[in-house]
Amino acid sequence: METIDQVFVLAKRSLMTWAQSFLPEWSTIILSILISVTAIAVFGPVTMMYLTLLERKLVGRIQNRYGPNRVGFWGLLQPIADGVKMLTKEDIVPTNADKFAHFLAPVVIVIPALLIFSVIPFGRGMIAVDLSIGILFFLALSSTTTIWIFVAAWASRNKFSLLGGMRSVAQMISYEIPMVLSIVPVLLVVGSFSTVTIVEAQSGWNWFVFTPWGVVGFLIFFLTGVAEVNRTPFDLAEGESEIVAGFHTEYSGMKFALFYMAEFMNTFSISAIVATMYLGGWQGPWLPSWVWFFIKTYALIFVMMWFRGTFPRLRVDQLMGFAWKFLLPLALVNLLVAGIWTNLSTPKNNIVSLIILVVTFNLLYWANRPEMPKKRTYRYAYADE
Amino acid sequence: MEYTLKETPALETQTLEVSLGPQHPSTHGVFRMDVVLDGETIVKLKPVMGYLHRNHEKLAENMTSYLASMPYTDRLDYICSMTNNFAYALAVEKLANLEVPERAQYIRIIMAELTRLVNHTLLIGFLLNDLGAFFTPILYAFREREKILDLFEDVAGSRMMCNYFRFGGLKVDVTSDFIPRVRQIINKYPKFLDEFEKLLSENEILMARCQNVGVLPKELAISAGVTGPMLRASGVPYDIRKVDGYSIYNRFKFRVPIGEKGDVYDRYYMRLLEMRESIKILDQAIREIPDGEYISKIGAAGARSPRTFKPPKGDAYGRIEAPKGELGFYLVSDGTTKPYRYHVRSSSFINLTILEDMCLGHKIADAIVILGSIDIVLGEVDR
Amino acid sequence: MFGWGVIKGMLVTLKNFILSYFTKERLTTVQYPEERLPVKERFRNFPFLIYDNKPEDLRCVSCDICAKECPPKCITIVRDSDEQGKPLKRPKVFDIDFSICMNCGICEEVCPFDAIFMDHEFELAKFGRFEDLNYRKEDLLKPAEHFAKIRPQDAARIEAKRRAKAQPATPETKTQ
Repeated sequence: METIDQVFVLAKRSLMTWAQSFLPEWSTIILSILISVTAIAVFGPVTMMYLTLLERKLVGRIQNRYGPNRVGFWGLLQPIADGVKMLTKEDIVPTNADKFAHFLAPVVIVIPALLIFSVIPFGRGMIAVDLSIGILFFLALSSTTTIWIFVAAWASRNKFSLLGGMRSVAQMISYEIPMVLSIVPVLLVVGSFSTVTIVEAQSGWNWFVFTPWGVVGFLIFFLTGVAEVNRTPFDLAEGESEIVAGFHTEYSGMKFALFYMAEFMNTFSISAIVATMYLGGWQGPWLPSWVWFFIKTYALIFVMMWFRGTFPRLRVDQLMGFAWKFLLPLALVNLLVAGIWTNLSTPKNNIVSLIILVVTFNLLYWANRPEMPKKRTYRYAYADE
Repeated sequence: MEYTLKETPALETQTLEVSLGPQHPSTHGVFRMDVVLDGETIVKLKPVMGYLHRNHEKLAENMTSYLASMPYTDRLDYICSMTNNFAYALAVEKLANLEVPERAQYIRIIMAELTRLVNHTLLIGFLLNDLGAFFTPILYAFREREKILDLFEDVAGSRMMCNYFRFGGLKVDVTSDFIPRVRQIINKYPKFLDEFEKLLSENEILMARCQNVGVLPKELAISAGVTGPMLRASGVPYDIRKVDGYSIYNRFKFRVPIGEKGDVYDRYYMRLLEMRESIKILDQAIREIPDGEYISKIGAAGARSPRTFKPPKGDAYGRIEAPKGELGFYLVSDGTTKPYRYHVRSSSFINLTILEDMCLGHKIADAIVILGSIDIVLGEVDR
Repeated sequence: MFGWGVIKGMLVTLKNFILSYFTKERLTTVQYPEERLPVKERFRNFPFLIYDNKPEDLRCVSCDICAKECPPKCITIVRDSDEQGKPLKRPKVFDIDFSICMNCGICEEVCPFDAIFMDHEFELAKFGRFEDLNYRKEDLLKPAEHFAKIRPQDAARIEAKRRAKAQPATPETKTQ
C-alpha cells in the first residue's frame, strides 16, 4: 500500500537517479522542475479534454439520452475529434477588432489556469512547488482571469461581447470578496498559507467541513468558486440564450478552444482547492492518498455538472444582490464564529457557533425578504359548473 | 408606459442600440428586436417581423379549391397543426352550413386537447431554455410529447403536418387502439406534470427570474386584443371554449384558471394548470365517445372531389381557443370553388404588439424571457 | 427553508440520472441507423403508382385529377397516344417533383381509380438538386404486393372494393 501511495514520487526519484548518471551536477534542480512541469502540462489539458466528455455524458444522462458515443468506444475519442475540428476551423477576426488584444486574450487566459496546478497537493508528498504562500498565490491568480475576459470582450468590438464582458467583470469582482472571506477561517485555524500544511492539519477525520464554521465556509467557498469559473447558474457572462455567447462570441477555432480549456481547467482547480481546504485534501483511510484526492475532486465536479443540468441562470442584479447582501455578511459572521470556535473548549464551542450561525442566517433571510420570491395560489373561473 | 432616462448631470451617458437580430438562439424563429439600452435597462424596443412571410392568404385565394389550402393551414402554427385545421374546418362549415356527426365531434375535441398538451409542454420547455436551464426541461417535455406525436402519426399519417380534418368530419376514422392509447397517455401525464412542477415551480431561481417581470395590466391586455393564456394570466376570465361553446365543448366540465398579476410566472403557471384541465376534458371525452360515422355525406363527397365544393355566397368567421390564443379564419365566398377573401387572425401576431409595453424598464435578459412567455411561433406571426 | 425548492429540483434530476441506467423509459434514444423504429401503417411520405401484374398494367388512366387537385402542383401528366394519334388510357409522362411535394396525401384521396398511394420510403436523399429529385414514371411504379406489404389493412379494403365493383361486370362480359 505504501508503494502504491507513493508510486509517482518513487517514479520521479528513479527517473532523476537514472538521468543524473549522465548529466552534470547543476542540472539536478532544473531536471526536477522540468519533470514536475511536464507532468502538469500533460495532465492539465488531458484532464480538460476528458472533463468536457464527462460533462457531456453526465448532462446527457440527466436529460435521458446518451452523451456522445459514436466516436470510439463510449465516446472516448470524442475530445480528439473536437480538437481536430477546432484546429481546422477558419480563424475569423472581425475587421474593426483590436488585433493584438484579440490574439493575446485567449493565450494569456490559459496561463493562470495552468499555474494554479502547481500548488495543488495531489497526494502525500506530491506537490509541484511547496510554496509557503500557496493559497495567496491561488487567490492572486484566480483574480487575474477577470482582466483577460474583459480584454477579450473589449477587443471584439461587438456590443454583445461588451455586455458580456461588463457583466462578467462585475460578477467576478463581487464574488472575490466572499471567496477570500471564506478561506480566512481555515487560515486562522491552521496558521499557515501553505496547502501542504492545511491538508496535514486535517489528519484523521478532523476535516474542516465537519465543524459548524466549516459547513458554512464550505458552502460559501463552493458557491463563489462556481461563480468565479462562470458556470451555471452564474454563467451570464457567456449566457447562450441572451447575448449569444458573451465575451467569446467573436472567437472561433483554436482561440475558442483556449477559452474553453481555461474554463475547464479552472473548474478542476477550484474543485481541487475546495477539496484541499475543507474536505481534507488527500486524507482518508485505507486507499492511496491520490485516489482519495481524485475522488473528492471529482465528487465536487459532479456536483458542478449537476448544477449545470438543473438550474436556470440568475439575472445580473440578482446575482450581485446575492453576493453582496447575503454571502458577504454570512462570510464575515462565519469568520467571527471560527475565531470563537478556536478559543472555546470542545462541547461549548460547537453549540455557541451553531447558535450564532443559525441566528445570522435567519436574520439575513428576514432582511432580504422583500426580494425573495413567494409562492402563489391561483383561482379558477367557471369552477362551480 | 414611458421610461425616462435618469438625469445625471455630472455624467453624460449614451444609449446603446442593439439588434437582437434574426439569427439568435432564443427568438423562437426569425424575429428581430431593435432594442435601445441604457446600461442594461431597456429604453425602447421595436419588434420587426416578416422574415417568414410565405403568402399564405393570397395563395389560399388562388388554390383550386377550399380543401387545397387545408395542408397549408397545418403550416401556420407548425406545432399545433390539428387546431389550425380545426379552426379552418369550423369556418368553412359555418360558411356552408355543414353538419358534423357526433363521433367526429368527439374525435376533433380529443385531437384539439391533445394538441394543447403538446403545445404547452413544448412552451414550458423552451421558456426554461431561454432562462438558461440547459435543455433539461425541454428533453423531459419531449419525452412525453413523443407519445402524443406517435399517436398522431398512427391516426393521421404524419406527426406534425396532420392534414386530418375535412369539411364535415375527418379524413379517416381512428385506429382501433386509439382510445386505449389515449387512456394510457392521460394516466401517465399527471405524474409527469407533478415531476415537472417539482423540478420547476418552486425553484427559487426561476421564481426570482419570473416574478414581477413583464407585468401586463388587465385594461391594457383587453384594449390591445390579447387573447389566450396571456389574457387569463392578467385576470380576465375569457376562454372561447366557454364563451362561444363551439363544437360540443358545452358538454364537458372543466375549469378555467385565472392569474393575479400578469407577469411571466403567472403565464407559465397558467399553462401548467390548463394542461391539467385538458386532461380532465380528455378523460370525459374518451368515456362518452359514441360509434358512428366519421364524416357526413356531403363532406365525403366534398373530400373525394374538392373542386365540386361550392359554398353559398356570404361570409363567416370561425374561431377557436387555440393553445396560443384565439385563432380565427375569416372567409368571404362568392359562390365559386375558391374563397374571395381569406384572412387569418393569428393569436401570436396580435399578442406580440404589446411586447414593448411589457419590456420597458426591464433588463435585456428579461426581454428574452418575456418574449418566450408570450408564446409565439413565427409561422403564425408572419403567415 | 430558503433553498429548498432548488434542492427539490436537484433531486428530480438525480432521480432521472440514476434511473436512466436501469429503465428504458428514462433513456429514450434510438440508435439510428443500427436500430430503427417500425414505420406506422398510415405514414405518408411520397406517392407511388401501382400496377397489378406487369409494369405495363398500371391502374392509372391519366385522368389528370390528382395533378389538378395537388395543392403545390408537383405532378405533371401527359397522356399517351397510339400510332394514329388516338389518345390511350395510359400516361406517357408522369413526373412528381420531390422538392415540391409536401406529402399531404390529397392525390391518394381524390384518385377514383385507386392508382396512386403514399409510400413509406423516407431515406430518399440525393446529391443532385434538380434532375435527381424529379421522379419519372419508371421510378414511381411499384407492384400491388408492395402495397399489400406496407399497408395491409388499406390494401385489404381496396381489394374488397375493387372485387365488389368488378363482380357485376363478370356475367356481362361472359355473355359478350
